[in-house]
Amino acid sequence: MATIRIPTPLRKLTQGKEEVTASGATIGALIASLETQYPGIKERICDDAGQVRRFVNIFANDEDIRFLKNLETPVKDSDEISIVPAIAGGDRQ
Amino acid sequence: MTAAVSNTNTSLVKGLKCRECGNTYDKAPIHVCEFCFGPLEVDYDYASIGKLLTRAKIESRPHTMWRYAELLPIDGPPSVGQATGMTPLVRADRLAKRLGLKEVWVKNDAVSFPSLSFKDRVVSVAVSKAIEFGLGTIACASTGNLANATAAQAAAAGLPAVILIPHDLENAKVVGTSIYGAKVVGVKGTYDDVNRLCSEIAGKYGWGFVNVNLRPFYAEGSKSAYEVAEQLGWKLPAHIVVPMAGGSLVTKIGKAFGELEKLGLVSAPARKTRIHGAQAAGCAPIIDMVLENRDQVKPVKTPTSIAKSLAIGNPADGFYARQTIVGSGGWAAKPTDDEIVAAMRLLAETEGIFAETAGGVTLGAALRLIETGHIGKDDGPVVISVTGNGMKTQDPLVGTLPEPQMIGPRLSDFDDMWNRK
Repeated sequence: MATIRIPTPLRKLTQGKEEVTASGATIGALIASLETQYPGIKERICDDAGQVRRFVNIFANDEDIRFLKNLETPVKDSDEISIVPAIAGGDRQ
Repeated sequence: MTAAVSNTNTSLVKGLKCRECGNTYDKAPIHVCEFCFGPLEVDYDYASIGKLLTRAKIESRPHTMWRYAELLPIDGPPSVGQATGMTPLVRADRLAKRLGLKEVWVKNDAVSFPSLSFKDRVVSVAVSKAIEFGLGTIACASTGNLANATAAQAAAAGLPAVILIPHDLENAKVVGTSIYGAKVVGVKGTYDDVNRLCSEIAGKYGWGFVNVNLRPFYAEGSKSAYEVAEQLGWKLPAHIVVPMAGGSLVTKIGKAFGELEKLGLVSAPARKTRIHGAQAAGCAPIIDMVLENRDQVKPVKTPTSIAKSLAIGNPADGFYARQTIVGSGGWAAKPTDDEIVAAMRLLAETEGIFAETAGGVTLGAALRLIETGHIGKDDGPVVISVTGNGMKTQDPLVGTLPEPQMIGPRLSDFDDMWNRK
């Protein structure tokens, strides 16, 4: 299971948890898995077309997924994923 | 910490509105939509402003940015920067001749009060707004000019300032910040790292970060385009070339021209003002969006340009900046470092204006846009937006200019030197 750091504004949906775990082979699959655990979270991260919202950044082990393969970026169990609103910032290690 | 602050003044600001999804919010030190994370923007009551604001009223007021007070988002009189704004718009005939253009103007924010860059306007608004919100500490993430402006205005307001900058900033910009008594923190990383850190600090410490949680208000302060239009005799230029870092200035210039038309303060020109963007080749994420016809920012990981004040690899307003440029019929250009230095010299030698590296980027871009025909030889007024002062960014010029010639103190020493040539 990969670790996902949740920014403050989305913690209402994760029962206040700053960090959650989810499984999935790609970032896209991880978001789908998050949605089953925490319904409503996907629409906050992705737009109607399923793409990551313009003002949301996702980092895989410190690397912006825009430099990788976007939603197709592969994820390993040991990976740490951060969801960071582009202009709002948020916790990130 | 983001509880809405009630406002008892008669205000022409309705609140804040998300640029992406349209959600509305009360006036507060917040900058991001809770739902979609889009940027919030000040939502004005234009119907009321239209009834209040006339050319005559503006012209009767002092020559500062506050002559357009109704279009700025503070509710009372400004607490700082009362003398800021209304920098010279210089008719640049010698430069025009060199460029092969008919009419060129330089908007000279290199002499802005108090800290010699266009950031004085945005900070005057942001610090005044922070005081209205009762925020006790002023802070910012900065590539330099904003650091200077924020530290100066916070000092003038008697408030403590915390300024976060990239660790490798030009010495002049560091000194020009520390002098005001601000706490300066150098972050080992790029500006984008600094910016991200500031977002986290803003959330945790509850400070007034001028370009983070005060950003919707701050950004309104960059509407120098009102000044340009008035200084041109209540006319919009044919072209304006604007430097871009985060992309806020160019967006707000587009907005301000639109507002002036909407309010009937200028008449709509036969052809819309073409707004052109300028970035350095070493960090041009917004230019590339225009050139490659793409509306997603592809962040530049490691900016490599002498124009450090523009070195924002992940521009917050990149999407809107591109939209402004393309929507106006404008274009974009990214000069190299050599072209930037050459343009700084050209501006200094033709007009006596020493712009910072970003000014070299702007003029360098204009030269390219003339070459590609995006700015036509016979077009009307072309405005070059100079946003900062060259005294702050001298490092890249070292070694590119002739060294002073050394002579002895006697007249014969001078005669020898002069006649030798």
